Amino acid sequence: MKNSKFSDPFDKARQEKGYGEMNDQDDPVTMVLRLKDVRKCAHNWKTYQSGAVPGRIVIPSEVHIRDTRQIPFEVDPPMHKTYRDLIEEWFKRPLLPEYQAELVSIIEDIVDKALTKNGPVEVVEEFALRIQSRALTLLLNIPYKESETWISWGTHVFRSEDSALDGSKANILYDYIDAQIENAVKNPGKDLYSILLNTNIEDRKLTREEVKGIMILTFAGGRDTVINSITNTVAYFAEHKESLQLLKDEPEIIGKAVEELIRYFAPLTQMGRVATQDTVVCEHAVKKDTRISLCWASANRDETVFENPNEVVLDRKINPHVSFGFSHHKCLGATHARQIMKILLQTLTKKVTSIEIVDAQEKIEELGEFKRKVGFNSLTIKFNK
Amino acid sequence: MPKITFITSEDETISVEGTSGSVMQLAVDNDIKGIEGDCGGVCSCATCHVFIHPDHFAKTGAPGEIEKDMLELDDNVTEYSRLCCQLEINDNLDGLIVTVAQ
Repeated sequence: MKNSKFSDPFDKARQEKGYGEMNDQDDPVTMVLRLKDVRKCAHNWKTYQSGAVPGRIVIPSEVHIRDTRQIPFEVDPPMHKTYRDLIEEWFKRPLLPEYQAELVSIIEDIVDKALTKNGPVEVVEEFALRIQSRALTLLLNIPYKESETWISWGTHVFRSEDSALDGSKANILYDYIDAQIENAVKNPGKDLYSILLNTNIEDRKLTREEVKGIMILTFAGGRDTVINSITNTVAYFAEHKESLQLLKDEPEIIGKAVEELIRYFAPLTQMGRVATQDTVVCEHAVKKDTRISLCWASANRDETVFENPNEVVLDRKINPHVSFGFSHHKCLGATHARQIMKILLQTLTKKVTSIEIVDAQEKIEELGEFKRKVGFNSLTIKFNK
Repeated sequence: MPKITFITSEDETISVEGTSGSVMQLAVDNDIKGIEGDCGGVCSCATCHVFIHPDHFAKTGAPGEIEKDMLELDDNVTEYSRLCCQLEINDNLDGLIVTVAQ
């Protein structure tokens, strides 16, 4: 059972003092660990801003590799809402039946290939990355074949093995997006680039830099997070065959199961904010212009809110997790991510009877005093029909 | 069958009937504008915020602690606020009138 176990490294610090500390490229972070505090800080955008220097609220910081502001993510209210209102409806398209039908066909196809493959499947590259990339063509409304380019980048386009951040790899994405924007200027279509280039904001069109900021967010926010969610889910069902059966017998709980798996895995460990004034978190002084983080992963295991926080309870009825963030900046891609997870569970219960793990290499984040497993560098398995 | 009336932020009044599930699900199934129910009803997303008609608040009662903590950080919260994913449809709710929060 150990491969699908994701321990909570924050429990002691959360219970005893409510915060943790980590350094990150000489820009230290006070990590907020309790659910209520995380929510309050997320809501309080005046004291804890997102609109700092681009890249600074991300941990590890991207200030040295990125100048483009991600939008609406790195913008504070009221401008944040102006941007968000422009794109919110586009990001709700995953609720449309025709979108879901296409997603079903993408996921069923990849599951079928994995089932009929002679020999083991490496889930991260051969399964999760493919589902994530092909599903993204739906969100962007661009041809399916474009996903081949993203798949060819591998899983380390933003992160490399040796260092947390690799500027040259990030540039692959930024240069690619520049080229795609250029292309959409010349040949406008019904894709997200073209729609954004033609969108008005306060009596002018969005600039190319703004479009780039929205596109970088769309690519970066939904890559590692979705890949980890899918891979970790496969590991979980490999070691919990009875859960696969439970969802087969009671498909009506799949919605709750999606929320619970996302709570438990917390695919994004934390997100930063920059203090705009001297303040205090859990009796700990936070100086103006230093960083805090909203530690979603810790908040999701807060024992004062969740019963049996370290257990996966697939039909958990009240589940106020913060895996998609909270308040103004809650995840724009959540509708898309939830549909991927729902259809993945439906497809696995329909087609797979059991999963065997052949080899697993864990992906561990080093966060100062904490070490957290967030997913797998590789997970080799066999699907059985 | 219990009948529930929604008043949207555009002042549209829509009455619908349901037998089981949550008031949020009933609203989503009937395309009530402003009720999204993103998390499917586990009290995680706060996109199903409604104001219970003051005369009917006894029908629903006050929110539980977890729900209250969620509502507390909503800028539009009032003493009649509820997340309607936490309201199970039953005969007691017959005639309920709720206004959808912004």
